[in-house]
Amino acid sequence: MPDAPLILHGRVCAVLGENIDTDIIYPGRYLNITDRAQTAEHLFELAYPSIRRDLQPGDFVVASKNFGCGSSREQAATALKFAGAGAVLAASFARIFYRNAINLGLPAVVSPQAFSHCAPGDELEIDLTGGSVHNVTHNIVFPAAPLDPRAVELLQAGGLIPYLKRKHAGVA
Amino acid sequence: MGMTLAEKILARASGRARVSPHEIVVANVDLAMSHENADLVRKSFAEIGVPRVWDPSKIVIIFDHRIPAESEKTATTHKAVREFVAAQGIAHFYDVGRGGICHQVLAERGHVKPGMVVVGTDSHTTTHGAFGAFATGIGATEMAGVWAEGTLWFKVPSTIRIEVDGEFHEWISAKDLILYIIGKLGVAGADYRAVEFDGSAIRRMTIASRMVLANLSMEMGAKAAFTPVPEIGPDPGAVYERVLHIDAGRDLAEPQIACPHSVDHVKPLSALGALPVHQCVLGSCTNGRLEDLEVAARVVAGRSVHPRTRLIVIPASQLVYRDAMRLGYLETLMAAGAIINPPGCGPCVGVHQGILAAGEVCVSSTNRNFIGRMGSKDSFVYLASPAVVAASAVAGELAHPQAICSPEVSHA
Repeated sequence: MPDAPLILHGRVCAVLGENIDTDIIYPGRYLNITDRAQTAEHLFELAYPSIRRDLQPGDFVVASKNFGCGSSREQAATALKFAGAGAVLAASFARIFYRNAINLGLPAVVSPQAFSHCAPGDELEIDLTGGSVHNVTHNIVFPAAPLDPRAVELLQAGGLIPYLKRKHAGVA
Repeated sequence: MGMTLAEKILARASGRARVSPHEIVVANVDLAMSHENADLVRKSFAEIGVPRVWDPSKIVIIFDHRIPAESEKTATTHKAVREFVAAQGIAHFYDVGRGGICHQVLAERGHVKPGMVVVGTDSHTTTHGAFGAFATGIGATEMAGVWAEGTLWFKVPSTIRIEVDGEFHEWISAKDLILYIIGKLGVAGADYRAVEFDGSAIRRMTIASRMVLANLSMEMGAKAAFTPVPEIGPDPGAVYERVLHIDAGRDLAEPQIACPHSVDHVKPLSALGALPVHQCVLGSCTNGRLEDLEVAARVVAGRSVHPRTRLIVIPASQLVYRDAMRLGYLETLMAAGAIINPPGCGPCVGVHQGILAAGEVCVSSTNRNFIGRMGSKDSFVYLASPAVVAASAVAGELAHPQAICSPEVSHA
């Protein structure tokens, strides 16, 4: 499988505020769904059900500070990924969500300016390692934290499981 | 230059003489805990292609989120985990009726030791910092990696030190203290950081109360949180990102309440007006221990739960349940009109055993009040201490335990 790209093009699907918690992203009542593709059906179900309807493959979700706070439930990141989100851009991420996203191969991009420089429908180009975001619609460029080499390695492999699979297949 | 406790434990676990904040280390994991989401871990683990887990003796699996199984779907995942546990020779498995809430069981069965690196597929794994362990929550996929390799990378956190002195007022508990701190620091106030609690007021606390502090530190984003243990501590001269001083008597004059829909939306009880309450929940990994049931029993003794309110009590484990039964707390609570749920997460995670309807208000000793956390997205959860939960059940509205209990009873 070819490595996942490090420059992403896509459309902003939603711009959310601060402290979007994991119960908002993926309600606890669906935690017994362990089929990953099925989790997508319940993305933002209680608080923002329209996002699930509007989200097209490759779309970006933008938020302010502390995205993904709360539970360690991986389904929050899984549902975003399997609903087709190309990346999440936020001013900051809660730590467990951040690790879950990268481990699942979903780019989580730290950009304090994204919230004020993006509106739903905007076209973006994100340079994951270069550390910049180009809002093509408004022709503005703003910074993002470049992903660290460990995260890049995991994203390029498609997530932690494909990464470990490759590694252990090599050892055998 | 000395190291904080988090630095010290991560240095030891990664085979280094010393580590500094923001450095990345690969640490050996001493204990890896999962609950029902072991089913997700199991599936990811199978994809990696490693036939056996790295060390079955270091894995603990405890069912708690949906016990007994509330649906066929859950029953199927439980079954799959039981089969995996048997096939891998994982001896530390606590099935329905043999354990309770994972963090309580991990603690009371002695799995956690000072200085350990503990990871769990549950955010409240920080609880085990009350035993001097660097304990943190991770996702299921990451846990599959731990099961395969026994190691995990960590960014060494900087540490916030919180020193608490002074005497607590009557009816004020560890829950009020940590809600007060979360209110001050905010829900991301300790994000990516470790927290060290110390001070005379902490050192006088029971272990159960210290667990409340470590548990709820997660709600301000903490990666790990510690209360003091004799076996291991920070070095003299350890460097802290910031140090907070709290005087329990001065700063905590009354019970603290976290209002909907954020754990840092904290107000002193008197700042809230009359608030009719439909449900009160006493339980969870935060506040379902014996001392929590004891104080609740003391508040409701000889009184009745208000007609508009139901009181749901969930002992944190089978052991807590049996102790509370033997000591008469459950008898007292039931006589007042409480229903006792089996040990487990119950309604805290919004799955079963006490879901809220639209428009309903719940005062709860649990840990989260997010939108839809306990049921309808239009319900309202107020987080409070066990004493306030019990008092509110009797009053039918948010209430101070002092207002419910006569002075004779309250000073008994």
